[in-house]
Amino acid sequence: MSETAIATGTATRPAGGDKSYKWRHLLEALLAPLVALLAAVGLFSIFLLALGQSPLDFLDLVWFGAFGSWFSLQNTLQRAAPLLLTALCVALPGQLGLVIIGGEAAVVLGGLAATIAALPLIHTNPLLVWVVMAVAGAAMGALWIGLTGWLRARLGVNEVIASLVLAYIGMALFNHLVEGVFRDPASLNKPSTYGIGEENMLGTVPWLDVHPGIPIGIIACVLCWVLIFRTGVGFAGRVTGGNIRAAQLQGLPVSKLIIMACGLGGACAGLAGTIEVAAELGRANASLAAGYGYTGILIAFLARFNPLAIMPMAVLLGGLGAAGGLLQRRMGLPDATVQVLQGMIFVSILASDTLYGRIRWFQPRGDA
Amino acid sequence: MVTVADLGTVAGAMMAGSLRVSTPFLFVSLGECLTEKSGRINLGNEGVLVLGAMVAYATSYETGSPWFGVLAAVGAGLVLGGLHGAVCSLARVNDVAMGIAIMLAGTGIAFFFGKPYVQPSAPLLPGIPLAWWSDSPVLRNALLVCPLFFLGIAAAIAMHWLFRATRVGLRIRIVGDSQDAALALGLPIDWTRFLATACGSGLAGIGGAFLSLYYPGSWNEGLSSGQGLMAVALVVFARWNPINCVYASLLFGAAGALGPSLQTVGVTWGYYLFYAAPYVVTLVVLIISARGGGSLRGMPGQLSIGR
Repeated sequence: MSETAIATGTATRPAGGDKSYKWRHLLEALLAPLVALLAAVGLFSIFLLALGQSPLDFLDLVWFGAFGSWFSLQNTLQRAAPLLLTALCVALPGQLGLVIIGGEAAVVLGGLAATIAALPLIHTNPLLVWVVMAVAGAAMGALWIGLTGWLRARLGVNEVIASLVLAYIGMALFNHLVEGVFRDPASLNKPSTYGIGEENMLGTVPWLDVHPGIPIGIIACVLCWVLIFRTGVGFAGRVTGGNIRAAQLQGLPVSKLIIMACGLGGACAGLAGTIEVAAELGRANASLAAGYGYTGILIAFLARFNPLAIMPMAVLLGGLGAAGGLLQRRMGLPDATVQVLQGMIFVSILASDTLYGRIRWFQPRGDA
Repeated sequence: MVTVADLGTVAGAMMAGSLRVSTPFLFVSLGECLTEKSGRINLGNEGVLVLGAMVAYATSYETGSPWFGVLAAVGAGLVLGGLHGAVCSLARVNDVAMGIAIMLAGTGIAFFFGKPYVQPSAPLLPGIPLAWWSDSPVLRNALLVCPLFFLGIAAAIAMHWLFRATRVGLRIRIVGDSQDAALALGLPIDWTRFLATACGSGLAGIGGAFLSLYYPGSWNEGLSSGQGLMAVALVVFARWNPINCVYASLLFGAAGALGPSLQTVGVTWGYYLFYAAPYVVTLVVLIISARGGGSLRGMPGQLSIGR
């Protein structure tokens, strides 16, 4: 029997002759976050007016700082790159109904594992170094989040708490290794590992002039979308997410699916850490723990665990981050201004989840 | 070589360190415990902690009274927790994700308004000298305890009594344990959870005030080292019991002090690994409790992380 046919066929379409439901459903999914985004911007404008600043100037600067020039667009995309991958770390298990909040540890440990794996090879071929780094980083991330999945699937430990606790254990392990065995004695103020060397750093992608993180992230998102919505395994995963008992009764390998989704998500987060090391930092240190894991959680929720929707959300938030410096220089606003706006957007869009199903026009019609 | 005397030094330093750093853990975990007892989880208390620290410091600087600062931190916690509580009352809103959004929003607002207060020094909370009888400056210093610590212990005992012996406590527990029972009894579920979340964050705000007004006793952007999020693990460890929260806070505080204490006697190995010790224990507790197949003993039945 072909599960693929079911997945592509009638999965979201109700019975009956309601042909336009698919489009109205899509429209609802686009309108709800858009309304919420506008509400957040409106609220933030009031906030700025109360401080005696012009919201129009602010929005203009954000636009310019994020997308206005080639330079700012590059900055935006480079900030979005790790977010694409850390959001996948939440979205993949999210499709199975799990909430993983420990991506931050997978990022730092992935980056560290990639660095350690690269160190003995730094005088060989850069291509070899990159492949080894990617494998080591992804494997480390997969191991760490896969462990959460294993605890959940085999022992019944709640994944939210387990991933949070494992995140702290992972951070401690990272600090222990970076400040101990693998520390470069020359790094005094900011303990770091030995560098992977200039010649092994990832260059920029031709034409785009950004580091390869963004194409890798986009490819990962598309592949994950195909995996979730166009394959039998993905369908089995979505059934598990919809109703785990039903999935078990159908004889689906629920435990295996959970461990697999967590492992794959962790591999993405580990890859995010690897790319940060190979393209930006050149070594593993505390800069890896920049909160990508936590922002990734929110992006995944904003995208409702859909890998394709992750892309615009990551670019939006990357753009806000990129505009921060300009706002500080031009308007004299603290760099936390962007964080306030981000917080408002997150709260507003997450709250907009409640709008789904409230308006009749968007609901299935007819004798369904 | 580590001698017996060294072990004594380490134990002493750990106890002193634990007394010093456990207070924020205590308040945030008590707040989290209250919220979770009503059947909701609040990961946003990290943001409350940072915002509380900033508001407390700013208020203390502007008014000259650190106690006004503590009150203002409670107010900030009530507002931020109230926001979390209100939004999570809406249908289909995920409380785990919303908590992280509140965490980012709270720290953002704190950094935004806290910028002018990084430099000036505000009046801090006085310590209570428990070792007035001793001449040893080391001992006097170690036993100089913040009044908020005792407030926290009083709050833990009061909350224990609240859950065990009062009508309000019983209602919170019913709402947290079984939505069906609460509906059957006609209890106001959303309202109860809203109040429990707001008050829980109010308590967490006091933890923030401790950070900026006692130890470390200044306001800057790196003030909190994640105590607000750790509180979630701590409440699991304490099995949703307020009295256990006191022990758990002291233990988590002591574990954090273990590395630095060992360093004073020349043991530098594993400085960071000791931080992880309480989390390893929490994980073991989780695994052992989960082996029975059921959820954790003491866990409120309606908690989203328990289903």
